[in-house]
Amino acid sequence: MGRITLDKVRKAFGEVEVIPPLDLTIEDGEFVVFVGPSGCGKSTLLRLIAGLEDVTSGVISIDGADATMVPPAKRGLAMVFQSYALYPHMSVRKNIAFPMKMAGIPQDEQNRRIEAAAKALNLTDYLDRRPGQLSGGQRQRVAIGRAIVREPAAFLFDEPLSNLDAALRHGMRLEISELHKRLDTTMIYVTHDQVEAMTMADKIVVLQGGVIEQVGSPMELYRTPRNIFVAGFIGSPKMNLLTGEEAAKRGAHTVGIRPEHVTISTTDGAWKGTVGVAEHLGSDTFLHVHREGATDPMTVRVDGEFSAKHGDTVWLTAQEEQIHKFDADGLRIA
Amino acid sequence: MATQHSRSAARIMMAPAVFFLLVWMLVPLCMTLWFSVRDFRPLRGGDNGFVGLENFVRFVSSSAFWPAILTTLMIVGGVLLISIVFGVLLAILLDKPMWGQGIVRILVIAPFFVMPTVSALVWKNMFMDSVNGVFAHLWRFFGADPVVWLSEVPTFSIVMIVSWQWLPFATLILLTAIQSLDSEQLEAAEMDGASPLSRFFYITLPHLSRAITIVVLIQTIFLLAIFAEIFVTTGGAFGTRTLTYLIFQRVLESQNVGLGSAGGVYAIILANIVALFLMRIVGKNLDK
Ligand SMILES: Nc1ncnc2c1ncn2[C@@H]1O[C@H](COP(=O)(O)OP(=O)(O)OP(=O)(O)O)[C@@H](O)[C@H]1O
Ligand SMILES: [Mg+2]
Repeated sequence: MGRITLDKVRKAFGEVEVIPPLDLTIEDGEFVVFVGPSGCGKSTLLRLIAGLEDVTSGVISIDGADATMVPPAKRGLAMVFQSYALYPHMSVRKNIAFPMKMAGIPQDEQNRRIEAAAKALNLTDYLDRRPGQLSGGQRQRVAIGRAIVREPAAFLFDEPLSNLDAALRHGMRLEISELHKRLDTTMIYVTHDQVEAMTMADKIVVLQGGVIEQVGSPMELYRTPRNIFVAGFIGSPKMNLLTGEEAAKRGAHTVGIRPEHVTISTTDGAWKGTVGVAEHLGSDTFLHVHREGATDPMTVRVDGEFSAKHGDTVWLTAQEEQIHKFDADGLRIA
Repeated sequence: MATQHSRSAARIMMAPAVFFLLVWMLVPLCMTLWFSVRDFRPLRGGDNGFVGLENFVRFVSSSAFWPAILTTLMIVGGVLLISIVFGVLLAILLDKPMWGQGIVRILVIAPFFVMPTVSALVWKNMFMDSVNGVFAHLWRFFGADPVVWLSEVPTFSIVMIVSWQWLPFATLILLTAIQSLDSEQLEAAEMDGASPLSRFFYITLPHLSRAITIVVLIQTIFLLAIFAEIFVTTGGAFGTRTLTYLIFQRVLESQNVGLGSAGGVYAIILANIVALFLMRIVGKNLDK
């Protein structure tokens, strides 16, 4: 009830090809996250699926039926916009009722669904307010409520949390994940925040310049990034990438070592270095260590209790089995 | 920083302007009030002294009064209706990206810069003339009898001329309002299954409501005072005499300044009632 397939879908704005031919299958009930840097075509891809943009060529099918030429309203998809796109002159209740009113659903059924959605989203007390009188998080929930009541085949989210502050973002992240577990409906979620991608997704689609770099579960992408771009994009803080002698020694053009896969010692190790900036998160500390003879500092994750001052000398050792190797084209060497 | 000193200095500097404006407004008002209670006929004996409220009673009881009020309301209402309906449609049209948009927008605004007297003359002689007017040619082309616009449908003709002048103003304000409509709202409505027509009625029109009220308010105030269009076309004949025009006739054609002034006082009251009424609507609209 929500299987979406893209077959050689291509999108060009005039001369500019934003999305070269692209294949993708989204299974029913899956939580798929499109992630990538700004301008890589995530929103465009989502809008193609929604039907708000016409594909230049290719086929989009929903549940096996060709939906390429089907107008947005008939695709059975609901979208939550980054700006929420609530109707400012309608009360929360009317906002949520709007899609049902357009579909001609009877009034008592409308009320039943509104009550259910309001209860699920903690909006019961706000039903008679206007969007202008709500906080950012509440508006976001109204937008989600408006999507839920349509009982769509799939939900589309375009960076829904980017206007919220950090604490609220974390809360809403949990709520959306929770909602997905409960409704068991396909969700496609666009973000440029890899933390959102890692924590929420069943499947992550990493995009760059309209091209899919890799598709996989969060842990697959974390353990076996297919190329340097994915390796650098997934994981926080970023993977350390070394070229030159260290890479050549291991038979690669570039090697990648995650900050959590480096052990630190005050007495001995493979590389000697001095501690630069230390970022304390409490539970962990990220140390930027300047290795002797290297230009870029190496990021190392250490226990929050580890004490190291600026300028201290430390020794670093990489966990050999955790090192990612890439060839000259940036592709992973198995 | 507004210190005590600089504030009083500012007050002194502003005083001449405030005083000037006050005099500018109060002198004619007081003179109108003064004349309205006197029997003042410059060509027939001049000032014949105080007559109390007689002028007011005579102005209202004249057979021309109620028709004039009705004509005023019809012209104001007609022009408002036409300029809002077509203004909204034009604004939607001009908001769509199209070739030569800049030039089209300037052309649409152009009538607003034409002086009322000129535009009324152009309409009267070029379009509405029953022998050589463009409309007459058009009618004959289709084999119909040309309409003698200014005598057969005089009020409608004047509404048309005035609408032509005020439509650009309405379009301009409504266009800027439409441009501030968030396109994601329309897309959201589209995804919610709203047809283009329901998108217009549920999203675009409510978004425009404030701009529409402002257009109504501003236009009403100006439309109550239209004069040149009537003066150069029908000269107040064929039932196109508005309140403003009636006052003009009383003062200049019948040379009865007292009676005309009483009419002027009625016009001031009428304008204020309308303004009060509209202010309340706008206030309510701005509260939202
Ligand atoms: N209507 C349009 N006309 C022309 N080019 C467009 C249009 N919409 C998007 N683009 C281009 O397509 C590319 C992808 O845009 P898109 O909005 O999909 O990026 P994004 O991945 O969503 O970025 P962000 O994370 O900043 O939202 C951009 O380079 C953009 O300039
Ligand atoms: Mg985007």
